[in-house]
Amino acid sequence: MELKSNVPPGPIEEKWTRHKFEMKLVNPANKRKYSVIVVGTGLAGASAAASLAELGYKVSTFCYQDSPRRAHSIAAQGGINAAKNYQNDGDSVHRLFYDTVKGGDFRSREANVHRLAEVSVNIIDQCVAQGVPFAREYGGMLANRSFGGAQVSRTFYARGQTGQQLLLGAYQALERQVGLGTVKSYTRHEMQQLVVIDGKARGIVARNLETGKIESHVADAVVLATGGYGTVFYLATYAKGCNATAIWRAYKKGAALANPCYTQIHPTCIPVTGEYQSKLTLMSESLRNDGRIWVPKVKGDKRPANSIPEAERDYYLERKYPSFGNLSPRDISSRAAKQVCDEGRGVGRTGLGVYLDFADAINRLGVDTIRERYGNLFDMYERITDEDPYKVPMRIFPASHYTMGGLWVDYNLMSTIEGLFVLGEANFSDHGANRLGASALMQGLADGYFVIPYTLGNYFGSNKFEKVGTDHASFKDAEAATSERTNRLLGIKGTKTPDELHRELGNIMWNYCGMGRNEAGLKKALQELPALRERFWSEVRVLGTGAEINQSLEKAGRVADLIELGELLCLDALERRESCGAHFREEHQTPDGEAVRDDENFCHVAAWEYAGDGQAPIRHVEPLEFENVHLQTRSYK
Amino acid sequence: MSGHDEERFLNLTLHVWRQKNRDAQGKFETYVEEARGISTDMSFLEMLDVVNERLIHQGKEPIAFDHDCREGICGQCGVVINGAPHGPRKATTACQLHMRSFKDGADLTLEPWRAGAFPVIKDLMVDRSSFDRIIASGGHISVRTGNAPEANAIAVPKTDADLAMDAAACIGCGACVAACPNASAMLFVAAKAEHLNLLPQGQPEKDRRVLAMADQADAEGFGHCSFHAECEAVCPKEISIGFISRFNADYRDATLTRSKGQTATGGAG
Repeated sequence: MELKSNVPPGPIEEKWTRHKFEMKLVNPANKRKYSVIVVGTGLAGASAAASLAELGYKVSTFCYQDSPRRAHSIAAQGGINAAKNYQNDGDSVHRLFYDTVKGGDFRSREANVHRLAEVSVNIIDQCVAQGVPFAREYGGMLANRSFGGAQVSRTFYARGQTGQQLLLGAYQALERQVGLGTVKSYTRHEMQQLVVIDGKARGIVARNLETGKIESHVADAVVLATGGYGTVFYLATYAKGCNATAIWRAYKKGAALANPCYTQIHPTCIPVTGEYQSKLTLMSESLRNDGRIWVPKVKGDKRPANSIPEAERDYYLERKYPSFGNLSPRDISSRAAKQVCDEGRGVGRTGLGVYLDFADAINRLGVDTIRERYGNLFDMYERITDEDPYKVPMRIFPASHYTMGGLWVDYNLMSTIEGLFVLGEANFSDHGANRLGASALMQGLADGYFVIPYTLGNYFGSNKFEKVGTDHASFKDAEAATSERTNRLLGIKGTKTPDELHRELGNIMWNYCGMGRNEAGLKKALQELPALRERFWSEVRVLGTGAEINQSLEKAGRVADLIELGELLCLDALERRESCGAHFREEHQTPDGEAVRDDENFCHVAAWEYAGDGQAPIRHVEPLEFENVHLQTRSYK
Repeated sequence: MSGHDEERFLNLTLHVWRQKNRDAQGKFETYVEEARGISTDMSFLEMLDVVNERLIHQGKEPIAFDHDCREGICGQCGVVINGAPHGPRKATTACQLHMRSFKDGADLTLEPWRAGAFPVIKDLMVDRSSFDRIIASGGHISVRTGNAPEANAIAVPKTDADLAMDAAACIGCGACVAACPNASAMLFVAAKAEHLNLLPQGQPEKDRRVLAMADQADAEGFGHCSFHAECEAVCPKEISIGFISRFNADYRDATLTRSKGQTATGGAG
């Protein structure tokens, strides 16, 4: 396997513009002869599908939810970054590029990040034209707020529902194309296999989740926009249905999976209560604009928060990182929370929590301003915890939130399988080892609206496609493999529910491959995971049949894939013998607990190639070069 | 996690609508043993998870119900609890409803959304694809990617933007339809249309939009609105029926200009 990044030559500011000119075009009359399958209808998938259909391609979309509008992009709260410099505070494309490369701890590809920063401004224009109701100032102009890892205010937002509004914009554009007959939307469908013919991705096999029917779909290219794999930790801020099946099946067909160990643990989530807990809920990072994070100075202080005097509180982020304070990047804030809890200074019933306190902001700005800024988040917190954050500080704790790793893609967003493109969180490309807040929405829409419409055309224009049908042997084999797997899951008739086994997976991953990782723990995980996989295939209990709605069957298939992916994640974490971004190897830290990168040996992307069941996967390397943002130790002090 | 230190446990009786598929006859099943020892800190859907785990262990098929984000924003969940869509708590989806809203010993009847335009596909799951078709008919602004002017070139008064956002907060769950004695989708249709109609960007297609969306809602079999306001009472996002009044005004205006709009579509070639 060769990892050719295909980054165009020339100065970084000119690469994308030149590349757009040099790419092949498809004549308008010929576009309708090409078909493309888009799997996943979140920001990346919906924006790609709508834009490609507008160009004239024949598009089919697939999502497991009952409507494309429900994809989990909808839950993003805080905002979307763009280098508009509307605040006149010194922002620029170059600064957004710089902040993103630095925030990613120098483990992303410079050229991709620069393109992302360039198109960020077009995204805001596009979304406003679609009617996204961004927050505005009284003069009618767009408002901004600040976010972690940046010293300028470049985040656009729609109350605490930015992801929802951006997704509805993309979904409405998509449904418009459905209405025009240029997109066929398959809802309640789940991709089960990628079909590769003569080295090119030519379609998928999907299960109709309502009827259980196994269906083949042919196309000239396949786009995966299926999100991340953070549910490998079981408890996560992801939706319950989020899964890694599409990227995992693509991996098994030859798509390299890059940097799986880069998993983001978000610092501000509502803490865990009990065993029955099914998911964790994020409290937007935007709250850190006005909230102050603290724990008691002494261990085991069980007094209620409001009875602890100011002098006995430790505002540890402000103390350790005075320039960024409560707006330090996510990886740093999460680890700092873990540290104070490990020291026994955590708050709440479990001791796994820290305070996020709005008392100062309410005194300074008044309760109405705080309500206007964060009212829906405060309400949600109150519904879940039965506590009023206007009166007592919120309690928060880190949780699995995003995965920077994903399928390896070149500059054109094509994987190591020709004709298989990967967008949004499902690819690895832009965030390096740590994603900054408000950058996921930006990347999903950049990929979908402004990158794939160009690069897919170039692929079609440069290749010839043999006509294939669903009767091709590769489709028949993929259908047979899907049915066989379904029957196998139904035939085990074991004693454990898919959720019970998923929780076991989550415990292993969180304990040995969570916010802190070390060699001994990872080796232990690499013994426990194969054992769990064995047990899964002999102990899982799936009732009912494959020919109907069967949520246990859906869940079991997803858990089986996540267990395998978890193993690769731990292997990647073991092999990356450095700390960078969200990947914190305890062996590699300074005396005061800061991450120590090893640029000499690990300034590269690790992309894993599947070598067959029972075979060790092969680790390939794409060296990273930093010509525009020079390698430096990240400091937020 | 509850801020209150003690966690309480409830024993419930559940009467749950079970229906194998679209065509099958459904019926209520009662669960008592499976619904014992429910923590008040659980969400309503976590309670159903627990019941389902117990059913699977007994070799009985779990209850099928729709859900995804579990944070009240995706709109995929929805169950009628003792006659109330999403249950007893105001402005709260079923996934955000917590068991502390119920008393020990409570008798709960769980049904799917009931509406002709939302056929039941299994147990508590319904088919809401009619909502997608309403959006496809006109619930959008026709602007191609790449076709947008500079964002700040269009000034939008803050009050208009805020009101548009109030409408845009709709999560498309369908509780409004389930609550309406006429199974009307007017709150949904009005929220979706008025979000766009309130903004300058939405003006060029305003007439077409309201006519097309109202026609599509009729074609899907949703009933007419007769202002019972049950929809507003159950809406988890507290969308105001004021948007229905706005929609009706826009619909009236559009009807008056309909003939003009139709003759113009031929163009000058």
